[in-house]
Amino acid sequence: MTAPSELKAYRRKLDLRAGRVDMSHGSGGRAMADLITGIFRAAFANKFLDQGNDQASLPMPTGGRLVMTTDGYVVSPLFFPGGDIGSLAVHGTINDVAMAGAKPLYLSASFIIEEGFAFADLKRIADSMGAASRESGVPVVTGDTKVVERGKADGVFIATAGIGVVPDGISLSGDRAAPGDAVLISGSIGDHGVAIMSSRENLEFETAIVSDSAALHGLVAAMLDAAGAQIKLLRDPTRGGLAATLNELAQQSGVGFRIDEAAIPVKSQVAAACELLGLDPLFVANEGKLVAVVDAEAAVALLAAMRAHPLGRDAAIIGRVVADAQRFVQMTTAFGGGRIVDWLSGEQLPRIC
Amino acid sequence: MKYVDEYRDGALARRIADTIAAEVVCERSYAFMEFCGGHTHAISRYGIEDMLPPGLRMIHGPGCPVCVLPVGRIDDAIRLARSPAVTLCTYADMMRVPGSKGGSLLKAKAAGADIRMIYSSLDAVRIAEAEPGREVVFFAIGFETTTPPTAIALRAAIAKGLRNFSIFCNHVLTPVAMRAILEAPAEPGAPPVAIDGFVGPAHVSTVIGMAPYHEFAETYRKPVVIAGFEPLDVMQAILMLVRQVNTQRAEVENQYIRAVTAAGNLTAQVLCAEIFAVREAFEWRGLGVVPASALRLRDAYADYDAERRFEIHTVHADDNPACECPAILRGRKRPAECKLFGTVCTPETPMGACMVSSEGACAAHWSYGRFREHQRLAS
Repeated sequence: MTAPSELKAYRRKLDLRAGRVDMSHGSGGRAMADLITGIFRAAFANKFLDQGNDQASLPMPTGGRLVMTTDGYVVSPLFFPGGDIGSLAVHGTINDVAMAGAKPLYLSASFIIEEGFAFADLKRIADSMGAASRESGVPVVTGDTKVVERGKADGVFIATAGIGVVPDGISLSGDRAAPGDAVLISGSIGDHGVAIMSSRENLEFETAIVSDSAALHGLVAAMLDAAGAQIKLLRDPTRGGLAATLNELAQQSGVGFRIDEAAIPVKSQVAAACELLGLDPLFVANEGKLVAVVDAEAAVALLAAMRAHPLGRDAAIIGRVVADAQRFVQMTTAFGGGRIVDWLSGEQLPRIC
Repeated sequence: MKYVDEYRDGALARRIADTIAAEVVCERSYAFMEFCGGHTHAISRYGIEDMLPPGLRMIHGPGCPVCVLPVGRIDDAIRLARSPAVTLCTYADMMRVPGSKGGSLLKAKAAGADIRMIYSSLDAVRIAEAEPGREVVFFAIGFETTTPPTAIALRAAIAKGLRNFSIFCNHVLTPVAMRAILEAPAEPGAPPVAIDGFVGPAHVSTVIGMAPYHEFAETYRKPVVIAGFEPLDVMQAILMLVRQVNTQRAEVENQYIRAVTAAGNLTAQVLCAEIFAVREAFEWRGLGVVPASALRLRDAYADYDAERRFEIHTVHADDNPACECPAILRGRKRPAECKLFGTVCTPETPMGACMVSSEGACAAHWSYGRFREHQRLAS
């Protein structure tokens, strides 16, 4: 029998001579982590990038801390139940800033537009971005526009960047989960991915599920008020879903997770659609949910604060952090057995954000 | 979810688990093979292994069409996709399967091949209709469950008068593979397989019915219990197998009565018999060349046969010699006993049949169950 230390996953290095990017490198799983490590982290190496979070926390010359993030949006289709690429580009970037516990201040937006794209669609997207930004109170203060030849893009791609400031006394990072901490989710999982799937032209199924796309900085502010000092980290489980997020955090913090399937909220329509499509809601993307890891003593108070906020109404405690040299995410199934919740290998849904 | 949650009830599962534990005879062990990847997936995903007594072991069989397709056929599909005139339509789970020299459809697509992932065989027909300038090839794979949809796609293409549609046929036959497992040792001179009974296929049996399994009960004295893919179905089938073994019975029983009839789906059987003929032999990854184990298009449909249209001559390619898939598929070894498992062979970089798809024995153990090795070592 092999000793535990020898059972580690073998990571094949990127083939930098003859290899090419394939779709699995964009799916939020291990292949993407390999791409980032093998090419980008190697090229940009610095201590801020090495924080390994969805945003960088930076010292300001005048004191205090600044948070900066950037994100690209290539969702297909551009319009889907509950949102569109424009509102998504605002919400997603605000959320990446907010997950550091920061108050988001400003956004930028860069558009790469395909020749032939209808003005009407572009206006609809821009208006939706404008509305999302006004509702969130985070203005788009600078931008860029590029047009590429027909066939060189898919309608429109949007890249946004965001900056914010971190209140004093708050220090959230993906490496802070410790054994004994409680794990919370702010609501039902899988809504966004299923909404996108239902609007794909080749699938044609009807569901009342709409994307959960939403800006979470208000919810985060309420959570920080309730248990700021006890919250270890926040992360939004977007691509790769809750499973990818917990695995990332397990790696970053050097711990394991034990979660309880029965405690994880999943809407019955999402469960049914996943059943039909052969998907597991644990791996399906969310755009308006967050995972919180918190000192166990503060878990109940934090849960109450989350449930008092409209975007956290269905929040739940779903498990705890455990010591585990293998960094496994283990789950007790609703059926009563145990299993690992691993990273997704390969892609489950193409281009959902 | 109505009609699904009923079959995933944890309290009922515990009752069946208690009954199984009470009925197994302590002095003996039980080894049952679930043939289908769908069952393997249910066992892993719901953690059923944790609910079975120590002397009862489930062996994960070769019933995953993605896993058993030999490397040479993947290479054929990649070659087809690379030819500039061809649009290859495939079910998404074939995309990552490695061919020889590290190639895959996913990589071929990244390098410019026109490969479309489809959800239904009829999507391929629609693409052929919409793009008359392209040679559209449907990469048809699977057991008896996915064979009728391929036949229907062919019928639809003929009805529409499409001349640019063809089928690369890789459909394989379940009962023949079961026989191959019982007949052939993993390596020459090895002892016979250690299987006391089969959890029989769910969806396959809806098409072929119960009759094809009688030879396993009668000739080989192995009980077969056809079971649905929900976790309670699997638990109940295991209990039925234990009872057969304890009473020295070897019968074909049907746990999945809500979907499987004795005769199966006669319409589908007639349709498939009209369109497909049995090949002389076909290679299975992990099982080797098995006579009369796969289907091809009948000569009357030669115009729609991609193998003839594009003159495909499959070249055999070897798996890694250290790969233990042949022994794992026959229950002689467990995934963790393979030197490659979890070292060079993982779901991201699969080396053998059992790691290729999430329904394969090694991939299921890696993705869902490998913590058990650590628990065993820790205790």
